[in-house]
Amino acid sequence: MTAKFTRPDGRGLKELRSTEAKVGIIPNADGSAMFRSGDTIAYAAVYGPKKMHPQHQQDPATGQIRCTYNMNSFSVSDRIKPGINRRSMEISEITKWALEPVLMLEKFPNQVVDVFINIIQADAGTRCAGINAAALALAHAGIPMKDMVSSISIGKLDKTLVVDLTKEEEDYHEGEGPTDIPISMTSSGKITHFQLDGKIGVEQIKEAIDMAKEACQKIYEIQKKALKESIKEE
Amino acid sequence: MVDKVRTTDRVTGERIAKYLSEGKRFDGRGPLDFRKIIVEKGISKKAEGSVRVKLGETEVIVGVKLGIGEPYPDSPNKGNFMVTAELLPLSSPRFENGPPKFEAIELGRVVDRGLRESGFIDFEKLCIKEGEKVWTVFVDVYSINDGGNLMDAAALGAIIALKIAKLPKYDEEQNKIVFELTNKPIPITDIIPIPVSVHKVGDAFLVDPTREEEDLSKTRVTIGISNGIISSVQKSNSESLSIDEMKKVFEIANEVSKKTLKELQKYF
Amino acid sequence: MDRKVVIPGEEIATGEDYLPGEGTEKREGKIFALKFGLAEEQNNLIKVIPLSGNYQPRRGNTVIGEVENINSAGWFISIGASDSAFLSMNEVPRFVNKDAMDEVFEIGDVVCAKIWSMSKRGIDLSVKGRGLGKIKEGIIFYINPNKVPRVIGKEGSMIKLIKDETDCDINIGQNGAIHIRGENVEKELFAKKAIEFVTQKSFIEGLTEEVTKWLEENKK
Repeated sequence: MTAKFTRPDGRGLKELRSTEAKVGIIPNADGSAMFRSGDTIAYAAVYGPKKMHPQHQQDPATGQIRCTYNMNSFSVSDRIKPGINRRSMEISEITKWALEPVLMLEKFPNQVVDVFINIIQADAGTRCAGINAAALALAHAGIPMKDMVSSISIGKLDKTLVVDLTKEEEDYHEGEGPTDIPISMTSSGKITHFQLDGKIGVEQIKEAIDMAKEACQKIYEIQKKALKESIKEE
Repeated sequence: MVDKVRTTDRVTGERIAKYLSEGKRFDGRGPLDFRKIIVEKGISKKAEGSVRVKLGETEVIVGVKLGIGEPYPDSPNKGNFMVTAELLPLSSPRFENGPPKFEAIELGRVVDRGLRESGFIDFEKLCIKEGEKVWTVFVDVYSINDGGNLMDAAALGAIIALKIAKLPKYDEEQNKIVFELTNKPIPITDIIPIPVSVHKVGDAFLVDPTREEEDLSKTRVTIGISNGIISSVQKSNSESLSIDEMKKVFEIANEVSKKTLKELQKYF
Repeated sequence: MDRKVVIPGEEIATGEDYLPGEGTEKREGKIFALKFGLAEEQNNLIKVIPLSGNYQPRRGNTVIGEVENINSAGWFISIGASDSAFLSMNEVPRFVNKDAMDEVFEIGDVVCAKIWSMSKRGIDLSVKGRGLGKIKEGIIFYINPNKVPRVIGKEGSMIKLIKDETDCDINIGQNGAIHIRGENVEKELFAKKAIEFVTQKSFIEGLTEEVTKWLEENKK
């Protein structure tokens, strides 16, 4: 057994950062939400279902979802040039894949649901926060869904697994270094998104999945509360 | 109304215009009243300065970032300045993905001119080494919800973001910025270029339009004005104004700017 | 079962006795919500009343929309659904001169109409009937179409209350577009505020009493 691993911010290995969610933050949108994990803040807005334009992209068999993930230029310490880049394009598509399995889009032939995600402030885990906000915004917009989707990043720092990495932890340099494993799943445990960046053995990755399941359950409860509270407020 | 990209309908539009001709607005304001300006500072820890500005349902966020660059040859001892605006599709069904459309480009440029020309920023103090190295100040504006008058909301946000921004640490040997804020503010002056966009709806003039009112606006004149001194003007849209009307617009801007400055100073 | 707020994927009830209604589905003997909304049970049938979502047109709906295009056979009217609706010249209760369609309705006109048919081809409207046709005066605004039943109330009780107290004519489109016409703008805006109050409070108990109280307090 190695010495007990201490996280830079003193959190327990399975402890989430302080997490907060709120729906209805953008009045113009059909559905909207904010999701915050520590210092990472994501906004999501949903518009639609509406007729797909351009027309040649319409599918008479089913509706479609389009996701756009974007980081604000001042959400990170090195200013990002506004506009799309390769990273944001990939995350946009990953987000779509993470959400599409729960959406009952077959009810909306020739139509499209647009999901726009903006990262206001970033401290790692932005794609997960974006997916969490987007799932909330979709539910808030009244889109029929089989289930919710919750997302978390599991990290392996040297040899130890932890949940909900910060930027400081992502840049961990000791031992085997950092491994980042963002995972999204439904509340019933169906995995809709899985990525990994680093090095990890087969046994430990299985353990990471179980940790993700537990963490996603916590995220799910936060999402549930946010949606339910939006009615009370009314 | 298809795809919810609706503008204010004709019937309601006529009502709004008629009511305005009596000097009244749907939300109870007088024609020259701004909505309450709500400012939240420090919305991104990763920016040298950042704010959220709300005017009614309108919400923008503005961030200031700094970089190191070369000065332009015609101003070797002055820092660089750049304003970019993104009208996010997140904020309105009217905005689309893709390269910036004219509305966003105009917004960025008009905000830029108001700040640049007024003397609000002391550009010479942004010089690190004449002819070689200067600070570049980036101001980036994002719309979060378009409830009318994004223009003034953006410019007000830029003023406060610049006012509260701190310079990051500059490592001269390695010639790079270390993101660790110093106590040094960005060199700004007491000249605050208050933005006032005056709109003509029907035959009436008003400021700080709601989305519905902006839909009905035939022309907009955005003025940057500080203590009665005008430093930038942009007349937009294809409706002409008479000479007397144009003169009146400047009087309105002058009057409104004083009230706006007072409101804004609460956040300095 | 009490009414309760549910989110997509949430289990509402267990047991073979329950039947899945609108906005729900049955999986392995359990009823799950498919939408964010209010779960309700009636005679073992469980359904979810959505709280949000775009307008889903139905035959027989009264809608308010804007003329967005004209061809030689009629008018295309946007009603907030994903497809625009068509009003044929045959569904107008007057003689229509084919060469002067815009004498009847021109682009930008606001029209109150009824959906008389829906097919794969699209939505067909009619303005034959009482209270249908061009809207000439007043204010029009939009609420979420899912809240329309609340604004109307049981057998029209809520909207009658608001009409009586504000002295306004109020037309409610099932697509969420609401037309108000009163003696003056102040009255119209008062009626609009009252309706917005209903939409904000639409899920509290004893809404009628609340609205009565609000109207009393805010009446000038």
